Amino acid sequence: MARILNHVPWLFFAVLGAFALGTVALARGETINALWLVVAAVCTYLVSYRYYSLFIATRVMRLDPARPTPAMRHNDGLDYVPTNQYVLFGHHFAAIAGAGPLVGPVLAAQMGYLPGMLWILAGVVIAGAVQDFMILFVSMRRDGRSLGELIKAELGDIPGVIALFGTFMIMVIILAVLALVVVKALTNSPWGFFTVAATVPIALFMGVYMRFLRPGRIGEISVIGFFLLIAAILLGGQVAQSETLAPIFTLTGVQITWILIGYGFVASVLPVWLLLAPRDYLSTFLKVGTIVLLALCILLVAPPMKMPSVTRFVDGTGPVWSGSLFPFLFITIACGAVSGFHALISSGTTPKMVENEVHTRFIGYGGMLTESFVAIMALVAASCIEPGIYFAMNSPPAVLGTTAESAAQVINNWGFVITPEMITQTAQDVGEVSILSRAGGAPTLAVGMAQIFSDLFGGKAMMAFWYHFAILFEALFILTAVDAGTRAGRFMLQDLLGVFFKPLQRTASWAGNLIATGLCVAAWGYILYQGVIDPLGGINTFWPLFGISNQMLAGIALILATVVLFRMKRERYAWVTMVPATWLLICTLTAGVQKVFHSNPAIGFLAHAERFSTAAEEGRLLAPATSMEQMRQVIFNDYLDAALASLFVLVVLAVLIFGILSCLKALRSDRPTTREIPGDRVTAGAAE
Amino acid sequence: MSGLKSNLSRFRGYFEQTARLMVGVPDYDTYLEHMRTRHPDQPAMTYPEFLDNRLEARYGAGKAGCC
Repeated sequence: MARILNHVPWLFFAVLGAFALGTVALARGETINALWLVVAAVCTYLVSYRYYSLFIATRVMRLDPARPTPAMRHNDGLDYVPTNQYVLFGHHFAAIAGAGPLVGPVLAAQMGYLPGMLWILAGVVIAGAVQDFMILFVSMRRDGRSLGELIKAELGDIPGVIALFGTFMIMVIILAVLALVVVKALTNSPWGFFTVAATVPIALFMGVYMRFLRPGRIGEISVIGFFLLIAAILLGGQVAQSETLAPIFTLTGVQITWILIGYGFVASVLPVWLLLAPRDYLSTFLKVGTIVLLALCILLVAPPMKMPSVTRFVDGTGPVWSGSLFPFLFITIACGAVSGFHALISSGTTPKMVENEVHTRFIGYGGMLTESFVAIMALVAASCIEPGIYFAMNSPPAVLGTTAESAAQVINNWGFVITPEMITQTAQDVGEVSILSRAGGAPTLAVGMAQIFSDLFGGKAMMAFWYHFAILFEALFILTAVDAGTRAGRFMLQDLLGVFFKPLQRTASWAGNLIATGLCVAAWGYILYQGVIDPLGGINTFWPLFGISNQMLAGIALILATVVLFRMKRERYAWVTMVPATWLLICTLTAGVQKVFHSNPAIGFLAHAERFSTAAEEGRLLAPATSMEQMRQVIFNDYLDAALASLFVLVVLAVLIFGILSCLKALRSDRPTTREIPGDRVTAGAAE
Repeated sequence: MSGLKSNLSRFRGYFEQTARLMVGVPDYDTYLEHMRTRHPDQPAMTYPEFLDNRLEARYGAGKAGCC
């Protein structure tokens, strides 16, 4: 009887969640409150955490609270430290949360909030949280080794190298796309550019303060830094109004691109204590703090969802990104539903600090559910602004034209009511000259957040402040990712190049450092530049490429987890990872093939190249090219992008084949063949 | 009353520990305790040395950023 009673509260959550989800899904035409989405999401998380993650923990993994973790076996007080599960949860969440869950759902809102929400919820429960949890488990049972090492050990050397190479490519794409988000937000925005630029001297000051004045006072200097940031936002408002200063900080996309490329290079060769570490403090605390603030504000304000639940753009003709709902929705929202990048974090520092095996359920599965909630909040923020404003901000200039009048006309034709005055008024409210064509998620999210925050604090007068606060919050941690990513990419590259030319491998050598950093910056800088001059807005082209690469990595991680289950002789439960792996492979392979071969030039790279080739042969110029030279450049880039997409497809297929071979081999064996570190209590020979 | 106070200070301790670990700095006291009990013969790093060591561990080797 008591056992049945235990389930009653969960039944309540299940019914409540189903009711909320039904309300969201069945609302047609009428506006619903954002709280319905929040309730539906939270109930889904609670029930899936209570039942599905428990099933995975006890049946699939058979977590053993008595088995020593790497932190117990190798305790060194530094890397391997048994850590309280709530403290470690915070560490893990701060590491996985980034721009991804904020940008993807905003872009996906062009199809309405319902498709995005359903994918975020289904994806996280079945794929994303399972991946994070499984990889954390696999790594923890192997001394906290990294994803590359795990693939090498369980699948073989060749798939290991393939996966490492794939990871480097993803890194380049992700840095370029994230930098593109920043460029889109700061173009012709003196307030935004000044504020973000001010973070560099602020971080330098913090670095010097921490190093020489009061060493080790992380909390103290972070508080000082925070107040300096607020001062920078307020000062930015003055700069934007000043007739002499505003023009200095009003820069074009191309100018900002070059500044970012230079910055990325310098920042990643400077000592870490001077710029990267203090910047990391600011961005981490601001990120987590703002996420908590946003959650509270959404609960208190309870904004209505103004975006329709499903828009006409589910047919694939949307202006923000091209392609139909399947497969492109499932790669547009990556982080928040499932993100391959988390496999790198789950096999990074977290598994080395787990105190007790059973904690991985809360940290791995629970951490990803929290990240998913961030994605839901981003979806709410993007859907509670006027749909007309949303499309004005996210459609490329090639569609909207460059004036509020032309934009309003185009958007009205799509069936979303908007006047030119509304567009200019919104720009004025947030303290910008123009809000047109700022695709990339950050500005839209910032308008949404500004609307929600200013509802509680300060009213309309504070909207411009909150808008730039939100821009700063995103730009800050994106730039931190750019610094840290360039540095990490440099080490990877030195490792790869060192195979051919030994001296390059010495990470301490200045020449090796500068060459590898230069190459790394050039790689993402090149893609960034192409994105900035693209008349379709860049995001349109590159966000799907990023989504494909990220989901591809998730597919690889889930294949690894499947192989491990087979090798543990638990193939009975392998569907837990095979189902999401299959879905991700279907999505990424379809999307990858469509990006290369689709006959619509807006989707297929080859069709786009074809269009430009035909025009070039007839001697015509197509935007953005202004000379035959540039026409050839566009065509070359299309082939390059097509090659990248094909490469991703090949990497996935290769790992899939190696994965299937490993599974078959494991099936033929009559005993577990996995390479776990045996638990202390297990006697030799009787594995498990 | 003292129970509430000690609970509060314990909560504050966890809060600070979480915030530090978020930026890659584990608990220094735990490290000292570890050195004292396991390696009493070796000198422990001072706090600034400890921070430097953690900084190098966070950004030195090929660590991936967040998404």
